[in-house]
Amino acid sequence: MERIPILRMGEYLLVTIQVDMYDQLAMTLQDDLTNCINKNSSRGVLIDISSLEMVDSFIGRMLANISSMSRVLDAETVVVGMQPAVAITLVELGMSLAGVKTALNVEKGMALLQSAARVDFEVDGADD
Amino acid sequence: MRTNSIDNKKCAYSFSSHMASTQLAELIVKNKKSLLDTWASEQVNVFSKQGALHSTEVKTQCSDFLDALSEGLKKSDTPFFQNAAFDPLKEVITSISKSRALQGFSPSEIALFIFSFKKPFFTLIQNEFKATSQTVASEILIVSQLIDDVGIYSFEAYQKTREEIINRQNQDLLELSTPVVKLWDGVLALPLIGTLDSARTQVVMESLLQKIVETSADVAIIDITGVPTVDTLVAQHLLKTVTAARLMGAECIISGIRPQIAQTIVHLGVNLGDVITKASLAEAFKIAIDKSGLVVVKKSLIKH
Amino acid sequence: MVPTIKTADHPLRVEVDIVQARHLVRKWAEQLGFGIVDQTKIVTAASELARNTIVYGRGGEMQLNALENGARKGLELIFTDKGPGIADLKLALQDGYTTGSGLGLGLSGAKRLSNEFEIFSKVGEGTKIIIRRWK
Repeated sequence: MERIPILRMGEYLLVTIQVDMYDQLAMTLQDDLTNCINKNSSRGVLIDISSLEMVDSFIGRMLANISSMSRVLDAETVVVGMQPAVAITLVELGMSLAGVKTALNVEKGMALLQSAARVDFEVDGADD
Repeated sequence: MRTNSIDNKKCAYSFSSHMASTQLAELIVKNKKSLLDTWASEQVNVFSKQGALHSTEVKTQCSDFLDALSEGLKKSDTPFFQNAAFDPLKEVITSISKSRALQGFSPSEIALFIFSFKKPFFTLIQNEFKATSQTVASEILIVSQLIDDVGIYSFEAYQKTREEIINRQNQDLLELSTPVVKLWDGVLALPLIGTLDSARTQVVMESLLQKIVETSADVAIIDITGVPTVDTLVAQHLLKTVTAARLMGAECIISGIRPQIAQTIVHLGVNLGDVITKASLAEAFKIAIDKSGLVVVKKSLIKH
Repeated sequence: MVPTIKTADHPLRVEVDIVQARHLVRKWAEQLGFGIVDQTKIVTAASELARNTIVYGRGGEMQLNALENGARKGLELIFTDKGPGIADLKLALQDGYTTGSGLGLGLSGAKRLSNEFEIFSKVGEGTKIIIRRWK
């Protein structure tokens, strides 16, 4: 079965979607990511969709789901690199992906993830 | 009995008109050179903003026209322009009309090209069929109708080209009038001026989002000081742009909201959600700088 | 009737057909000279409707038609299935309404993403959806 590879970079997971997303692949990715976050106690997930030329409601929902599920597992998710045409189309379609954090590219996405992790750490520290 | 005579009349007409067409076709082929000379001379004084038509160009076009016309007359069973046999003629006319339109000639000049053909051709027919006036009349009738149809077709082809030119110019104008400027590293501004219709807003949206990617901007300030009216449609378009930018990871601030516009937005019940709005571009810029993690300090306050 | 200058059919039976359908629509839209945004819009609409055809319509097919109306070029997609049909079209076209586990944005979304949208459905017989995008 085809799967999208998940790379581990320390406390973060990196997913680069470069193939056509069909429904089964999306479902598998959701499961795989949840398992990975759990296994590695990851703090954050970066999903690079800069190669995706189309995001429909199914894929959009997958991104929203991954975002919510990771948060439950105490990890933040950032989706990076959405193409302008895709963004315009998603909005027209009626999806705003309100709960999903986004960034323009991998660097900014990582910076966002790290600052989010830092905030959590500081808050925890203050409680002690 | 009556039906019979009508059918006969129909048959007789089509037989004679087919014969007439072939005769006309032969006439054109036989007298091509003299036709060309007299026809071209009728058009010598044609001017346009771009200057006079080149005579060799005119001669080639006339020649192509005559060839296609005689071919069409020969091949068609009815001398009507709608007949498929005249498709090559249609192509010749389309290309001539197109080139004239692109060169900036006026519609009457296109008409001149076609209708100036009538005189030399009718004269030719009269001279050829001097003997039988009956034949002359019917031939001329056929030809006149055909040339009128050709004239109309050429005008339509010309119109189409003009429209394409105008559309292209509109597009260029649209792109020119929506400049996206960089105010600072990672801060873009889009000063909108004039009315925002659906087409323009699409172009504006795409251009802004593209620039955000190109400059890796974090913040885009959309300034609507120069937009006279904001109705529900405009507000929706603005919201869509802001949402799309957010999906890409950039934030938008809308500035230049005059008191009247603020009132309109409230009246219309438009929900701007959590989009940051500021009255002036300056205030929006301050926020943008802050969001970029920057601070502006007076030089005199910095210890060296 | 707007003249069709090219036509093709594509089956929609299994999931992988959706991906192929997207590719086909993208290719045709590109060839017709659509800009990248318009291409993405119609490909996304096709993806939604193709999924609907398979998931709710129990399989069917997509027909592509390249149209020409004077100087304007257009792409027409027709999705047909012989599935259960839609009882309440008005309800089905509302954002968020779904009889399955989807988001309910398929039909309404495809409508928003297209210049023209027509839907015909009869319970027990099937559904036919036509969308068009003009250049």
